[in-house]
Amino acid sequence: MARAVSTQQKTINTVLAWAIGLLIFFPILWTILTSFKTEAQAINDPPLFLFFDWTLENYAIVQERSDYMRFLWNSVIIAGGSTIVGIIIAVPAAWSMAFVPSKRTKDILLWMLSTKMLPAVGVLYPINLIFIQLGLLDTRTGLVIIMMLINLPIIVWMLYTYFREIPGEILEAARMDGAGLRDEILYVLTPMAIPGIASTILLNFILAWNEAFWTLNLTAAKAGPLTAFIASYSSPEGLFFAKLSAASTMAIAPILILGWFSQKQLVRGLTFGAVK
Amino acid sequence: MGRIVLDRVKKNFEQVTVIPPLDLEINDGEFVVFVGPSGCGKSTLLRLIAGLEDVTQGTISIDGNDATDVPPAKRGLAMVFQSYALYPHMSVRKNIAFPLRMAKLDKAEQDKRVEQAADVLNLTDYLDRRPGQLSGGQRQRVAIGRAIVREPAAFLFDEPLSNLDAALRVGMRLEISELHKRLETTMIYVTHDQVEAMTMADKIVVLHAGVIEQVGSPLELYRSPRNKFVAGFIGSPKMNFLAGEEAGKLNADTVGIRPEHIRASASEGDWVGRVGVSEHLGSDTFFHVHVEDWPQPVTVRAGGEVEMYHGDTIYLTPDPERIHRFDAQGLRLG
Repeated sequence: MARAVSTQQKTINTVLAWAIGLLIFFPILWTILTSFKTEAQAINDPPLFLFFDWTLENYAIVQERSDYMRFLWNSVIIAGGSTIVGIIIAVPAAWSMAFVPSKRTKDILLWMLSTKMLPAVGVLYPINLIFIQLGLLDTRTGLVIIMMLINLPIIVWMLYTYFREIPGEILEAARMDGAGLRDEILYVLTPMAIPGIASTILLNFILAWNEAFWTLNLTAAKAGPLTAFIASYSSPEGLFFAKLSAASTMAIAPILILGWFSQKQLVRGLTFGAVK
Repeated sequence: MGRIVLDRVKKNFEQVTVIPPLDLEINDGEFVVFVGPSGCGKSTLLRLIAGLEDVTQGTISIDGNDATDVPPAKRGLAMVFQSYALYPHMSVRKNIAFPLRMAKLDKAEQDKRVEQAADVLNLTDYLDRRPGQLSGGQRQRVAIGRAIVREPAAFLFDEPLSNLDAALRVGMRLEISELHKRLETTMIYVTHDQVEAMTMADKIVVLHAGVIEQVGSPLELYRSPRNKFVAGFIGSPKMNFLAGEEAGKLNADTVGIRPEHIRASASEGDWVGRVGVSEHLGSDTFFHVHVEDWPQPVTVRAGGEVEMYHGDTIYLTPDPERIHRFDAQGLRLG
């Protein structure tokens, strides 16, 4: 009997999970569908679900009007660059906090996280001024720096929790086995930490890719990434739902594909550290 | 070679002294067991010898060389951890070969030694598995294999059997003892289990609150414990302690008598009491006897098939030769 109950429970869970999954995915699905409609069909009442004249014209127009590849490239540089720089800074930081903690380690971690509690707009003005002063406005370098700084607390936290999971006795065993610090890091610590580092990189890349506040406020024509590309179609001058949807679909496609292929890592990254 | 000498070694954690200055000599080839209740500093002492903790004061020398400030990697000691501490991302073969790889031995020699160790430890069929695919006992063997391949000056074991189930523990105990007979290398073994200490050790070091209470062979500790703590810690079931009138008769503050040195009888004896709990093990019987006016029951070991049960009247006679006398400070008299 216990088995029958658990099967029933399983079915309910599966249905529920799918329902929630579809609910969350629906806006994205709707965006993708809308991107294949004409502008008139896009605002049709009642809304059209699957039965409309499928068209690719929005994609053609969007591609014609704005240079998708340039925005895409900016996104890759900003998300990729900030992730690489962030990891280079975060790994040694998390390393030392996890393995050589001091009395203040917990405080430092909390203090770092507290910077995430400030609304970003609160520092918009000073950052804007700094960017103007340093000539970083609308540059990819500027965005790499700001994106890196924004996500740094999260990367450090995530890596810290990963490193903490590595039992100290294994490192001590390596020391007893004659490994120096270099050997210990190279042959024992790093291989054990690689899954953690990988999912941290992935999550950070996605966070940076989707970040819209700073990318919209600190860029104009030159350094704008895909978020700016989407925003350029949500103009107040008229309703271009279909084109906006086409632009959005093009913007999320790369990250959607990347996410799809690295699902396993991502889920681990999201649930494991219990950070985000 | 593996002669280890601790000279006035002291260890503080922050302001707390966990090991007050302590001297200890461990001779080459000896099997030494550090035993004591949890928190007595036995693991800390082992870690000081390993170099995983820094000494606060004093010196540690290995084979006549001062090793106090030598990092663990350079002390030439091998350690087996309670958690096994295997490298989860490496195969058994690579785990065992790791110390050899660190010592930059050539590949052929590495393979040869790994094969030898695997042969000794019955691991040959598991060499290409990951630690995660092994049972507890097999993991323990891999940890031992990793320790023996490099032919260390001494082996350090930190409660290596406490994660194994009871049956496996007895088996591994024998294997480690056999290994010691074969290798004749110094072994230092930490445990809280006095049975492990008694069965394996050439020399037992009894620790209590960071202080060495007594050092000696298992039978020395059993026959002439230096104080009440050692007397109560070594031996199973525990020694019975009697204070007051009975002790007074023998000019002592407390007297101790082991359960196996009291004769039980249904008809005659020095003391009379009533059986509380009786434990019939088949080979032995343990009676917990309540004697009138005594604060604690007396434990007595009798033959395996003595038919006396709860509530029966029982007569006890201690062996006068085997009574231990202690003064008010708990130190042995005579």
